[in-house]
Amino acid sequence: MPLFVERQTYRRRRLVDAARALPVLGLMLWWVPLLWSLPEEPMPASTALIYIFLVWAGLVAAAGLLIYALQAKRNRGPEDAP
Amino acid sequence: MTTINALAAISVAYVLLLFAVAFFAERAAQRGNAGILRAPIIYTLSLSIYCTAWTFYGAVGSAARNGLEYMTIYLGPSLVLIGWWWGLRKLVRIGRSQRITSIADLISSRYGKSNLLGVGVTLLAVVGTTPYIALQLQSVTLSVEVFAQADAVNLHNKQFTAFWVAVGLSAFTVIFGTRNLDTNERHHGVVMAIALEAIVKLAALLAVGTFVVWGMSGGISGTLERIDQSSLGLWEVQGGRWVGLMMLSSAAFLCLPRMFQVLVVENDNDPQLRMAAWAFPLYLMLMSLFIVPIAVVGLDVLPAGSNPDLFVLTVPLSQGQNGLAVLSFLGGFSSATSMVIVAAIALSTMVSNHIVMPIWLRFSATTASVSGDVRQVVLLSRRLSIAGVLLLGYLYYAMSGGGEALATIGLVSFTGVAQVLPALLGGIFWRGATRTGALAGLTAGFGIWLYTLYLPSFGPGVVLPESFFVDGPLGVSWLHPHALFGIEGLDPLLHAVLWSLSLNTVAFFAASLMSFPSPLERLQGAQFVNVQQAPGSARGWSQGAAQAEDLMVMSQRILGATEAQALFQRAAQDQGLAGYLPEPTPAFLQVLERELSGSVGAATAHAMLGQIVGGMAVSVEDLMAVADETAQMMEYSARLEEQSAELSRTAAQLRAANDKLTRLSVQKDAFLSQISHELRTPMTSIRAFSEILRDTDGLTGEERNKYSSIIHDEAIRLTRLLDDLLDLSVLENGQVSLNIVQGTLREVLDRAQAAASANENGPALDIQRDLTRESVVLFTDTERLSQVFINLISNAGKYCDAAQPRLEIRVQKTDKDLLVDFIDNGSGVAPDAQDVIFEKFSRVSDQKAGGAGLGLAICRQITARLGGEISYLPGQGGAAFRVQLPLSMTRAA
Repeated sequence: MPLFVERQTYRRRRLVDAARALPVLGLMLWWVPLLWSLPEEPMPASTALIYIFLVWAGLVAAAGLLIYALQAKRNRGPEDAP
Repeated sequence: MTTINALAAISVAYVLLLFAVAFFAERAAQRGNAGILRAPIIYTLSLSIYCTAWTFYGAVGSAARNGLEYMTIYLGPSLVLIGWWWGLRKLVRIGRSQRITSIADLISSRYGKSNLLGVGVTLLAVVGTTPYIALQLQSVTLSVEVFAQADAVNLHNKQFTAFWVAVGLSAFTVIFGTRNLDTNERHHGVVMAIALEAIVKLAALLAVGTFVVWGMSGGISGTLERIDQSSLGLWEVQGGRWVGLMMLSSAAFLCLPRMFQVLVVENDNDPQLRMAAWAFPLYLMLMSLFIVPIAVVGLDVLPAGSNPDLFVLTVPLSQGQNGLAVLSFLGGFSSATSMVIVAAIALSTMVSNHIVMPIWLRFSATTASVSGDVRQVVLLSRRLSIAGVLLLGYLYYAMSGGGEALATIGLVSFTGVAQVLPALLGGIFWRGATRTGALAGLTAGFGIWLYTLYLPSFGPGVVLPESFFVDGPLGVSWLHPHALFGIEGLDPLLHAVLWSLSLNTVAFFAASLMSFPSPLERLQGAQFVNVQQAPGSARGWSQGAAQAEDLMVMSQRILGATEAQALFQRAAQDQGLAGYLPEPTPAFLQVLERELSGSVGAATAHAMLGQIVGGMAVSVEDLMAVADETAQMMEYSARLEEQSAELSRTAAQLRAANDKLTRLSVQKDAFLSQISHELRTPMTSIRAFSEILRDTDGLTGEERNKYSSIIHDEAIRLTRLLDDLLDLSVLENGQVSLNIVQGTLREVLDRAQAAASANENGPALDIQRDLTRESVVLFTDTERLSQVFINLISNAGKYCDAAQPRLEIRVQKTDKDLLVDFIDNGSGVAPDAQDVIFEKFSRVSDQKAGGAGLGLAICRQITARLGGEISYLPGQGGAAFRVQLPLSMTRAA
């Protein structure tokens, strides 16, 4: 077992890490509204809607791009089981 | 009256379209054009059954009542799919590699193929899903009512609509959901129809939303302003519910029987999941995009007190947009029907595999290996289960009166099925999870859910007495259904979710820690948890006890005769055997069990095999593989061993081939000298005796006669040898022309027997035949065929070394072939000679019976020309040859 993997494999593993991190990021972003429930400063519903849907669209785009990048790497690089 | 009639006509047309789509998808799949049907986009769309009528109509209602809380129902599943790399990918792979048929099957299979667990999960699923189906029926009824009111028609019987919808749905599901027994084969028709419905419901909601935003509220900024001014204008979601519902919907997304069906069972490749991972969250986003605007406008435009659950319909109607309303009706109808269809398929598979089949097996235990098609029994039980599930849904709807109470049942149902989650996740990630743990967790979760959420959902005083809700059962306040252990002030739903799931998990974990799994459980556990690392299969069956023929009989009943025979023949070929019966090795039993479990579920398949094999034994190696906690290392080395075993198998095959070639070469050399010798001996005597005749004077007539008949005999021997050689070379070059005539097998055998015994000079051969079985009409070259039989019979006469030689001629018919076996009671052919006896010039022993070793080679050429095959059958207690002839002899012509 070599200590360091090839550059391509390395990149692929980091992409997998990103794919794993994405739902955690999404969860954190979608738990931000919990802070809005503070009574002093109620958040208008329109802002809340825009925020939640922007996060949603961002997550979809990020997930799509990551999957695309992973596929591109797999087609070029050597197969590497995570 | 006009609108309602038009609506009925449109619905019927839409249903016909769905039938047509399903029908053509099935047809395309049968013709092998499954490419489009397997496309990732179809898979993604089929996941949309998550959005039922409860979300299509109910999301707007929920938004109107509780603000933005409705979104949690979509946010949770979005996260699950975006996080596919964590768990979904593994779940789907396990589903494919273990041929899982339902969520109950997964749980039962993981925990040692326990049917008790299967039954438990099935009951949970039925209890949790029935109200949900009722909800779908209600939504269709309510939406029809809206149109009836618009027309001022009074529907005399609401349940009439629900009843006919239920009947229509069961018909559709029975027709397209039970076409084949193997639930691992995709239901192409159903999936295609659902994909179409997914598009219709999305389009409907987007159309209504677009109309509301741009047609009624003056664009995006206008809409946002209107939202802020409405009663929903502020963010007022309870934090606990926001988090709790998000988690609950994620859990339910994985555990709902219908979601498991489309997500795992119907999946057949990774690209499908890769696309769904981003496209399905997009779909959910689009579905929830216009919910709030519709709710706000509905609250604004419609008179106070209108049912917000129907805003999607009533808002367009109130604006005179009848076309849009009809589209919206179709959207709701699609949501309801697609959910019911898939739920019915999933539940019927579970009910039939885990409840009906085990009972049926128990009561027909004595007849387990009697032939007869069980497939019809299974399919019938599945069809009846579909009808039963829909009937239950309808009854629930009819009894509950279709009131408001049903609207809350969605989340109640989610909480119920989510109880499977600890056992599911524990099962695929933790090898320490045991059957006892899963049972304990499920029982605890199910019980608490029933007590704190399901039964109270009928209202105080219906199932649980009212006093329970005042100061707890029998005055024990810490058992209050909405405040267990005296913790009060929680939202009832959150209270139930919290307690049921946490106690479920604790019970699951604690009982797993304390119990000890059975060997089979440990094997299954290792396979499920390490599915990515070790795609190989565990061996579980011990060899020897199983009878290949009994297995064949049983498999034919479940898989169908053709499929079962093909499977057995393939297995036999892989083992290097000719014919249909492979050795019942553990590896073969494993393959067979998995094949069967695709049809009847893991537990039932296991039980059925168990009836024949007589219990299972886990081998020492298997135990070692799981006993050690460093099993991953062991599995890695096991894989290496497997590879090296594979290599040594290949090497052995090569060596065998090489040996054979060497032996053939030696034989050829031997033959050349043999043939020279054979030619030389008669030549020498012919020459010698002809010289005597020529040179010696005064020979008596008797002597002359004697010498010339020696010359004559030797010349005949030469001719016969040359004839054989010529015959063989003609046959081998394919120049022979067959003379096809009609005859019966008995005639051919009679002729052969007569000819063979004419040449006989050893002890008389006792030939046993079964004349009735021999009356098979043949269209073949009977002359050539009898030549083969003569050879086999006279070989038996020559080589059978028993004191009282006996030859048995057995005739059997399979569906394609006629098999004629010649079995004698001698010592048979030595194993190392078996693979060369059909080669030219091969003789079992030198000089024993004369001849040049061409007989069997000629036989082989002849049977091949007749479209059949001749082979040596080992293990029959003597030399045994099988002549296999195709039943349709026309091919030989």
